[in-house]
Amino acid sequence: MAIVKTERHPELPPPVSESGVIGWMRNNLFSSPLNIILTLVSVYVAWVAISGFVSYTIINANFAGETRADCTDTGACWVFIKARFGQIMYGFYPVEERWRVDVGYVLGAIGIFCILSDWVKNKKWPAVYMFAVYPVICYFLFSGGYFGLPTVETSEWGGLFLTLVLASVSIFVALPLGIVLALGRRSEMPIVRMLCVGFIELIRGVPLITVLFMSSVMLPLFLPEGMNFDKLVRALVGMSLFSAAYMAEVVRGGLQAIPKGQMEAANSLGLGFWKATGLIVLPQALKISIPSIVNTFIGLFKDTTLVLIIGLLDLLSIVKTGTTDKEWLGMANEGYIFVAMVFWVFCFGMSRYSIWLENKLHTGHKR
Amino acid sequence: MTTDAQGLGAGDSKLRDPRVRAVLYQILVIVLFVAFVYYIADNTIDNLEKLGISSGLGFLQQPSGFGIGIVLIMDYSSQTSTHFDVLLIGIINTLAVSLSGIFLATTLGFIFGVLRLSSNWVVNKIAAVYIEVVRNIPLLVQLLFWYFAVLGVLPLVKESFQLGENFYVNNRGINFPSIVPSDGFWVIPVALLVAIVIGVFISKWAKKRQDLTGETFPVFWSYVGLVIVLPTIAALIMGLPYTIDYPAFGRFGIKGGWVLEPEFLALLIGLSVYTGAFIAEIVRSGINSVSHGQTEAANSLGIRSGLAMRLVVLPQALRVIVPPLTSQYLNLVKNSSLATAIGYADITAIFAGTSLNQTGQAIEVIGITMLFYLSISLIISMFMNWYNKRIALVER
Amino acid sequence: MSEAASTQTQEDVAIQLVGMHKWYGEFHVLKDINLTVERGEKIVVCGPSGSGKSTMIRCINRLEEHQQGQIIVDGIELTNDVKKIDEIRREVGMVFQHFNLFPHLTVLENCTLAPIWVRKTPKEEAEAVAMKFLERVKIPEQALKYPGQLSGGQQQRVAIARSLCMNPRIMLFDEPTSALDPEMISEVLDTMISLAEEGMTMICVTHEMGFAKTVADRVMFMDAGEIIEQAPPQEFFDNPQSDRTKLFLSQILHNA
Repeated sequence: MAIVKTERHPELPPPVSESGVIGWMRNNLFSSPLNIILTLVSVYVAWVAISGFVSYTIINANFAGETRADCTDTGACWVFIKARFGQIMYGFYPVEERWRVDVGYVLGAIGIFCILSDWVKNKKWPAVYMFAVYPVICYFLFSGGYFGLPTVETSEWGGLFLTLVLASVSIFVALPLGIVLALGRRSEMPIVRMLCVGFIELIRGVPLITVLFMSSVMLPLFLPEGMNFDKLVRALVGMSLFSAAYMAEVVRGGLQAIPKGQMEAANSLGLGFWKATGLIVLPQALKISIPSIVNTFIGLFKDTTLVLIIGLLDLLSIVKTGTTDKEWLGMANEGYIFVAMVFWVFCFGMSRYSIWLENKLHTGHKR
Repeated sequence: MTTDAQGLGAGDSKLRDPRVRAVLYQILVIVLFVAFVYYIADNTIDNLEKLGISSGLGFLQQPSGFGIGIVLIMDYSSQTSTHFDVLLIGIINTLAVSLSGIFLATTLGFIFGVLRLSSNWVVNKIAAVYIEVVRNIPLLVQLLFWYFAVLGVLPLVKESFQLGENFYVNNRGINFPSIVPSDGFWVIPVALLVAIVIGVFISKWAKKRQDLTGETFPVFWSYVGLVIVLPTIAALIMGLPYTIDYPAFGRFGIKGGWVLEPEFLALLIGLSVYTGAFIAEIVRSGINSVSHGQTEAANSLGIRSGLAMRLVVLPQALRVIVPPLTSQYLNLVKNSSLATAIGYADITAIFAGTSLNQTGQAIEVIGITMLFYLSISLIISMFMNWYNKRIALVER
Repeated sequence: MSEAASTQTQEDVAIQLVGMHKWYGEFHVLKDINLTVERGEKIVVCGPSGSGKSTMIRCINRLEEHQQGQIIVDGIELTNDVKKIDEIRREVGMVFQHFNLFPHLTVLENCTLAPIWVRKTPKEEAEAVAMKFLERVKIPEQALKYPGQLSGGQQQRVAIARSLCMNPRIMLFDEPTSALDPEMISEVLDTMISLAEEGMTMICVTHEMGFAKTVADRVMFMDAGEIIEQAPPQEFFDNPQSDRTKLFLSQILHNA
């Protein structure tokens, strides 16, 4: 008594109330009385917030002019930022030498592009350039004193330039140092392991500000008289050590994810510990950890603002000082919103990149 | 070739034995480390001598000589109180803002974490905006914003903004009426304690009753009722044993009542909003990590969504949420050190800040400060390990 | 309203699907499904992946929503009414491909959770009922273990016992053995066969054709969202009518 279908049913479009925009709205926004209320309240709140923000920052804002008096509209007075823009970007770097900073940026951008882009196949040269050649170039370029470039003391460095210097140098030092610490922490030699664990846990258990205090106040005490470290170097030491501890944990996580079989296979091919680690285990571990490394860098980038507390003039500090300038009193809103937006663009951009990278790399390490 | 018990052949150099090498490496490391420490200690002693800075913890007994803006619980005077008192006040202030911050941040985080999972598109996106905006702006920027841009534009005391009859808002803080206990006030906290104890008994009784008869009892609402009703009755019986001190304008500002300083407020709001965004992400991914099949299985057994969330999803989600959550709590405590930037008197600001400036004893002061934070870190780690062991899912 | 339903009493008909359609967005996943399941009937549903068979049974206990047509379970029509959904879910048990046991509860607690919280059964009574069903599925000694400590076959049997503790009148099986290692499939199928022999109304989505031959009253073949052919197992396997059915059978029996 079989029942058999002889004619196939045609594909029909879904009923209007279920499909398209109306269907989507019904299901996502208005599916129940509670949802309806929630949607209406949320849309109202969002409208008020967004329109308020847009009208403050764009519609009613003042963009043109040179002085305070030009801020006639009710919105944000961006003239404040415009007027102090040079300082915000370069700090007190002499105006006629600022081209050196710009050259540094361009060289850095080229290097980063080569490392990240798919167009450049052989990554070895960009890597050597970025990690060995570029820092040296920057040192001579920015501080001068050689090759006919006039000296610019680090006390004159400031603004966004200083923020980028702090972040980049710290990560340059933190990455290799973190790798060493991570390897040390996994070592079978108890003394080495204890020292590494001790350092890592000590740094991770205290706030960055205490590490910065330590490096700016205690470093001069630790070194023989006469050896003078300028403020920026002290801050860099503090920040680098701090990031190295967190980087060590990230790399350790990556190392733990590599199966023991990899080291065993390398050993059985005749590779000793260092060669096996350097050629086989570490490259894989680093590749897995790249998203976490980028996240650590984002955190580091945000943390550079703390140098305000030890008196360095990074982006935030320079803007804050600007708000206390007699001519520009009351510009706190504009100043901090500007700084917030700059950081947000950088950090959000980097985190999106990290997500994209993670997706791209996962195809190799699917579990 | 014959090998001895350790696996070395007769002619092999001892240096090639990995165990020997390991010992040699470690000896080398120890020697280098000790030399390094010695070098630093030597320099430090020299430098301290030259600068005329004393050593040791004796400075803790010295009078501090400076005023402190916010002092809780203890009495403080710049003439008689010692640096040790400064340390204690700093610790109390740090804990005060940290604990309040943890409470607020957790609340914010859980609310927005759940909203971020909402099927309502608008609500979902609003939560997403909050999380993505706040997480990508440095905490210090947010703190300065709250302190200078928001609280800084509050009016002068003379022109305080008035909320209702008894709340004044100005640039020195928010003034509340405060409750001044008089005779017999003790019944109210006692009544509260009694209410909680009764609540505990009720919940135990309700569980037994459910086991026996299957009927459930509204334990949560009983708690709420008891906590409200019992202290109220106690207060009424004693004839309302308290007076309310209303803030009022005096000659030099507002007198009476209680003040929440803008420094505390800005730090609290900044910390809570910032950490709340991270907690929201943690909550969201925790709940997401519980496979949808669990909810489906519960639903197909007739268990409704709310109950299924409570009995099936949340217990599993919490296992994933708690470790990173405690990590964020630790971050919040460490981030409270940014109080230095806005003048709130936490341990970093007054002890590692002012006391250090006064005495110059950087090593001792910073060492003690770090020890404080390390202890908190240790306590939180220990709790986390205990919790993880306790709730680990039992597997083969 | 279907005419066929009126010639049978309510008691006889367990499930009725009348002109049911379902869409995922623009994709028409279930097309004009008409099905009547009588009490005590055992139906096996087979078909290629993507044919909509799981979706169909998941609509029956409202894990998925249908957009057009009617679903009537035990005389109750399935709509957005929460009360009706609850009533139906109490009468219909479901066993999943991936077991979906609650890992943070013991086997016994897994089984007593719903009776205690939904039917408000006292704990002792619920535990007695649970032990009875755990004996039925032949693993009473595992009562105090956690799901993570059991093998796949044991977990699936616990899942069956868990559903039975709510005393459902209908059991739905969504590829119950597809996630099991081969040597554990028979212990689960044996449990399902004994359940069938006691007269439980069952709809089972599966690739186990041996099971279908042993137990089914009707075998249904679905393809691209439609029911192409249904017949008693003898007829279905020996004399399939539709070309599509023939193609499918040749593919799976070839590899059986």
